[in-house]
Amino acid sequence: MRIPCPHCGERDVQEFSYLGDAGVVRPEGSDASIAAMHDYVHLRDNPAGPHRELWYHAAGCHAWLVVTRDTRTHAILSAESARAAGLARRVAVGAGEA
Amino acid sequence: MRYSAFAIVREALRGNRHWAPVWREPEPKPAYDIIIVGGGGHGLATAYYLAKEHGYANVAVLEKGYLGSGNVGRNTTIVRSNYLLPGNLPFYEWSMKLWEGLERDINYNAMVSQRGVLNLYHSDAQRDAFARRGNAMRLHGVDAELLGRDEVRRLVPFLDFENGRFPIQGGLRQPRGGTVRHDAVAWGYARAADRRGVDLIQNCEVTGLTIEAGRIVGVETTRGAIRAKKVGVAVAGSSSRVAAMAGLRLPIESHVLQAFASEALKPLIDTVVTFGAGHFYISQSDKGGLVFGGDIDGYNSYAWRGNLPIIEDVMECAMAIWPGLGRLRVLRHWGGLMDMSMDGSPIIDRTPIHGLFLNAGWCYGGFKATPASGWCFAHLIATGEPHPHAAAYRLDRFATGAVIDEKGAGAQPNLH
Repeated sequence: MRIPCPHCGERDVQEFSYLGDAGVVRPEGSDASIAAMHDYVHLRDNPAGPHRELWYHAAGCHAWLVVTRDTRTHAILSAESARAAGLARRVAVGAGEA
Repeated sequence: MRYSAFAIVREALRGNRHWAPVWREPEPKPAYDIIIVGGGGHGLATAYYLAKEHGYANVAVLEKGYLGSGNVGRNTTIVRSNYLLPGNLPFYEWSMKLWEGLERDINYNAMVSQRGVLNLYHSDAQRDAFARRGNAMRLHGVDAELLGRDEVRRLVPFLDFENGRFPIQGGLRQPRGGTVRHDAVAWGYARAADRRGVDLIQNCEVTGLTIEAGRIVGVETTRGAIRAKKVGVAVAGSSSRVAAMAGLRLPIESHVLQAFASEALKPLIDTVVTFGAGHFYISQSDKGGLVFGGDIDGYNSYAWRGNLPIIEDVMECAMAIWPGLGRLRVLRHWGGLMDMSMDGSPIIDRTPIHGLFLNAGWCYGGFKATPASGWCFAHLIATGEPHPHAAAYRLDRFATGAVIDEKGAGAQPNLH
């Protein structure tokens, strides 16, 4: 499995470490409900198919990436900077004040 | 036909022409009292104990492939009950006791071999941790002995005791642990359940759960709709996919775990050994092949196969404790799908859907649990109440904080 890092090019998976589902979003603020935190910390869609997930390029540029990968075949469909993906999501949900 | 030495002689004298098929292959009936989704070790054991312990005969096991085609035939066959935490120890020790009486109970040779499980330690701190674990085991009535280096050397003299980075200082041994022929567990439970009237239905994939007013009333399958009063799901590896049919999200990620078998050798190692400085475990099958494995690959996967970095890691671990293995050839390797839960422990519980029960989250420790998992899941489905040995394996423990985290790794499935 090789991941096309947007900064470093295509690199072996051994250079990266895996965190998990990139779709979970930490509830904002310290007044988040227990149910919302439980959902964020523990529950996952765990799909068989395309999965957006966070990888860290530990032996390369030290950037967090959002990689879309098919969990049935391990085919990498896309890889982008997690920072860019996060900013795009923030714009999409209109959370500019947070 | 009841199996015995006498039966072997009798059938041999009759030219071996009268052996009956080991189980029936029935068509699915329109309705059952209980449907078990998943014809692996846990599902088949559940069906058997439902019939034997709770008197249910109108039970079906639905399997999308062939019986035992999943993890029950893909593990490294190790059984043990050397856990640390109170929620786990009574459950796994009950499983060990069921293993000890299994073959007589189901009239099937599962090759239960209590050859011992030896966990090596390589530092003072690890010895202290193992002493604590051994004490916890003995307090729960489980056998455990802490061995020094010389005692370990007498058991397995061929290991690399003088390894510069990971010198072997000793080990924690559970003499009653060992190995069990994994396929025979599936076949034995299948045959025993079939003999008590359970319908084993293969090539029957569940494609939907039929829910009316918050209650399960049946399943949709590739062989038509089947009604049921209760449904138990035992599909570890694919639990999230089946739960999604009921609109549930689980505290589980599916990961791939690889395992390996070498070419066959003469008897070489007569116990199970695990490496304490990496993740590696090895034993020898009765066919002579060394059977071994290590870590999961570490990313979500439904691919049933892994990648090369973990293979390299497993081989490095092997060489670190047993350099003699370097001349050996790996004959084959394979992958299985693991339900990696958020605390590393399983779930045997009701779900928010009335009549729908869940058996999931076995991480890569499900094989040893097969008898107790079936026993406790059958109890839950039959009575509606958790079995005392599995009372900690609640689905809501993640929300309440009562997690059972043997490693203390937190809610990160690839670290368990």
